[in-house]
Amino acid sequence: MAKFIEKAKNFVNTKVLKKTHKRVDIESEYVLETKELGITFGGLKAAQDVNLKIKKNQIYGLIGPNGAGKTTVFNLLTGVYQPTTGTFYLNGSDLTGLSQEKINQKGIARTFQNIRLFNNMSVVRNVMVGLSNQPEYKCSLFESIFRLPRHFKVEKKMRARAKELLDIFGLLDERNNLACNLPYGKQRKLEIARALATNPKLLLLDEPAAGMNPNETEDLVNTIKYIRDNFDMTILLIEHDMKFVSGLCDEITVLNFGTVLVEGKTKEALNNPEVIKAYIGG
Amino acid sequence: MEFLTILINGLSIGGIYAMIALGYTMVYGIAKMLNFAHGDIIMIAGYTIVLFFPVNPIVGIVAAIVFCAIAGIVIEKVAYKPLRGASPLAVLITAIGVSKLLQSAALIYSKGAIKGVPITTLGAIELFGGNLKIDVITLITIVCSVAIMVALTMFIKRSKTGRAMVAVSEDKGAAQLMGINVNKIITITFIIGSALAAVAGALMIFKPQGVEPTFGAMPGIKAFAAAVIGGIGSIPGAMVGGIVLGFIEAIFGATPLRDYVDAIEFAILIIVLLVKPTGILGKKRREKV
Amino acid sequence: MMRRFTKNYLNYTIITLVMVVFAIMALATPMKDSTAFLFQKITVAVILAVSLNFVVGFLGELSLGHAGFMSIGAYLGGKLSLVIITAFGLENNNILVLIVALIVGALCAAACGVVVGFAALRLRGDYLAIVTLAFGEIVRVIFTNSSDSSFGGALGLKSPSFSKREMYILAIIGFLLILFTLFVIQNLLKSKTGRAITAIRDNEIAAKAMGIDVTKHKLMVFVIAAAFAGIAGVLFSYSKPLVEAKSFGYNYSIEILIIVVLGGIGSINGSIISATLITILNEKLTVYMTGDNAVYKDLFYAIILVLVVIYNNAPGLKNFREKYNFKNLFAKIFKPKHDPSKIKDDAAKWDVVPTKIQMDEVLSTDMVIDNTGDNNADIGERGGNK
Repeated sequence: MAKFIEKAKNFVNTKVLKKTHKRVDIESEYVLETKELGITFGGLKAAQDVNLKIKKNQIYGLIGPNGAGKTTVFNLLTGVYQPTTGTFYLNGSDLTGLSQEKINQKGIARTFQNIRLFNNMSVVRNVMVGLSNQPEYKCSLFESIFRLPRHFKVEKKMRARAKELLDIFGLLDERNNLACNLPYGKQRKLEIARALATNPKLLLLDEPAAGMNPNETEDLVNTIKYIRDNFDMTILLIEHDMKFVSGLCDEITVLNFGTVLVEGKTKEALNNPEVIKAYIGG
Repeated sequence: MEFLTILINGLSIGGIYAMIALGYTMVYGIAKMLNFAHGDIIMIAGYTIVLFFPVNPIVGIVAAIVFCAIAGIVIEKVAYKPLRGASPLAVLITAIGVSKLLQSAALIYSKGAIKGVPITTLGAIELFGGNLKIDVITLITIVCSVAIMVALTMFIKRSKTGRAMVAVSEDKGAAQLMGINVNKIITITFIIGSALAAVAGALMIFKPQGVEPTFGAMPGIKAFAAAVIGGIGSIPGAMVGGIVLGFIEAIFGATPLRDYVDAIEFAILIIVLLVKPTGILGKKRREKV
Repeated sequence: MMRRFTKNYLNYTIITLVMVVFAIMALATPMKDSTAFLFQKITVAVILAVSLNFVVGFLGELSLGHAGFMSIGAYLGGKLSLVIITAFGLENNNILVLIVALIVGALCAAACGVVVGFAALRLRGDYLAIVTLAFGEIVRVIFTNSSDSSFGGALGLKSPSFSKREMYILAIIGFLLILFTLFVIQNLLKSKTGRAITAIRDNEIAAKAMGIDVTKHKLMVFVIAAAFAGIAGVLFSYSKPLVEAKSFGYNYSIEILIIVVLGGIGSINGSIISATLITILNEKLTVYMTGDNAVYKDLFYAIILVLVVIYNNAPGLKNFREKYNFKNLFAKIFKPKHDPSKIKDDAAKWDVVPTKIQMDEVLSTDMVIDNTGDNNADIGERGGNK
């Protein structure tokens, strides 16, 4: 059956899979390392020669003006798009050309710029979906249908874990609400909680502070730091709020027109005249 | 000679499919919904023509066009407009419901009796010393469908309304901001689609089996398949799809496989969709992540 | 405890009770043939509706070929029974043969479910609906044109069936199969897999990003739904001496869909109730509405279908819906005090979306005016459209 499903997937993905690419793992001290990563749509180079090196436990910023290709980079790293050039490695293992779900299973989780929750499911279930692939919650379909003891054990464990995660984000009291009924700020938090549930090694946050007021943003800064410290997490984030970025990130990469403009320590990079020019124009 | 017969038959069947498919595809392009009830508009046309035929056939056809256009407007306003912005699944189910409604209403109207026009054939002309016999209605169908397709293409390309239609199909929100009355454009689309279905109905009516409540169902579903094969939302696509299906029907109709024509057509539909999900000439739309 | 019971086991209990009462009545008193036949019809309708709802309500894809799967079960199960019965000289009502037929019918239909499931991997929404419709029609055409010796062609397959006297046995088997269907589908939905399936319905892209194997789950849903439709088909074939391809056309698929929509998309209990009521109503209406009047029935269903869908989904009626709906009405009458702090853990029901359809907007995204305020499209996506 598994073999058959694999074949089915290949059939479906023939067009998008970078089949020619042979994955070769490398020795790397970085959690995420990309080499000349790029993609072209038609003639348009949406991202080009993106080289990122993110160390463990780093909070890394990816910034740039609108249309600079930030989300495209995220889409490349999560398998939504397959890169036309380059490769990327997670802890040295080559993930280029894998499908979205495989990449997630290998350890990259993300949130979305335009929130994508499972709207008709309760908050706790949203998080439990994220937990499904963890080896400790393994339970076959047969066991679920015939309600064997393991099903109940696993469900209980999953629910407890989901509640723990929700507690961190202050969502525990809302766990039985439908996700779509949450206020905007909480929806963003739920997305992060759900991504964390997949137990990633690298967390990608796409504009986590968008649409939040200063208090909520402040709160989010603390939460993200908490995640890094307590989950031993490495975080790559896109953000437009410069205060947020300089308060959180140790290092940043500035993108413009799909290419890397500047990279380095946050303060220095933000004060770079090229970056200011890119943002202000001229 | 057999080849010529198949060619002419294919063109005529394909022309009818293309005309119906145009209705599907225009509505899909502009209102982004599959109008399942489109086939039943043909049935309405059939009954109208039968009703007015004793007065005058031409009056019948004109009445059918007017009547179908009105039916199109009513269906759009009553059933589809309230659901604009709702999920595609809801709209699709409503369209199926409207189709069912029209069929059962027709069953009540006809009381189960099959109604037909008094003449079933307009005669035939013979060419090449009797080797090639072509029905007059076949020729009329081909001429009609070609004329209508040319006219429609001109209308879309040249007229203000036509260009507004293209704009709405590209981006409804932007079109609205540019001062286009989207509701009006959708209504016009339904009118044109229904009128085309009425013409197709008029061309289909000269058959011995006459008009029954499911008169438009099968041609409707097949034209729908044609629209999807050609690439739904694309006007040239609907024409190509219609012609392709017409030829398939004409070619296989002349072989022992003729009983399986429907299955073959639907199998081709599935294959086309699996190989190129957007159809032959359809544009790919990608979801934003 | 009581609450848990009503939530999880109420429908099993009611169906078991109905089955027991029915069995006692059938054995103790001479039951009218038509009554037994009606119950048998209900069981077929319930299995069909629940399995279709599994696809439409929980995976969020419209299947217009459910009757096609059913006909596979009916024809192949019926033919197999015929072969076995003639080969071993058995009685028509041999239960063992029926069980074999049920298994084989389910497997064959499931195999066809794989085919349609494959289509579901590449297509969605309107396109997938068309493919399922086409599938149903292909199956019908093939069976209609089969040779007399294979599947009886247009005249139909003379398959073994229960006599009118014994129809109640088939109805009881039907009830047991309903319980089996509910057991499999409800348990599946209330598990990790069920959550993954509803996650795919709500947002496929997010589901993929959460590591959910969309391919596996979509195939699974289509295969399971098809298998149960196949089971219903075998039951159907055993209730009639003749299986005709024309009874499994597109119209029959629509009838099942109507049952599902009226019962509430995404509500299993709704499907059970609606399948029962509509089957009974159909039967009663055929008695009262004879001749020309019979056609009003279809008109009635069509109007109800359109009205229900518009009422439940029209964006313009949203406020009205929230103000005057049955749930609120019930809450007002029966539960005057609604204390949110007393909600037990995860009280939000697993079938939370009765009569509410929310599909991912792959095909309509450019039609709905974007009111999420998210208009800063990334250059990549813009480029991708061209």
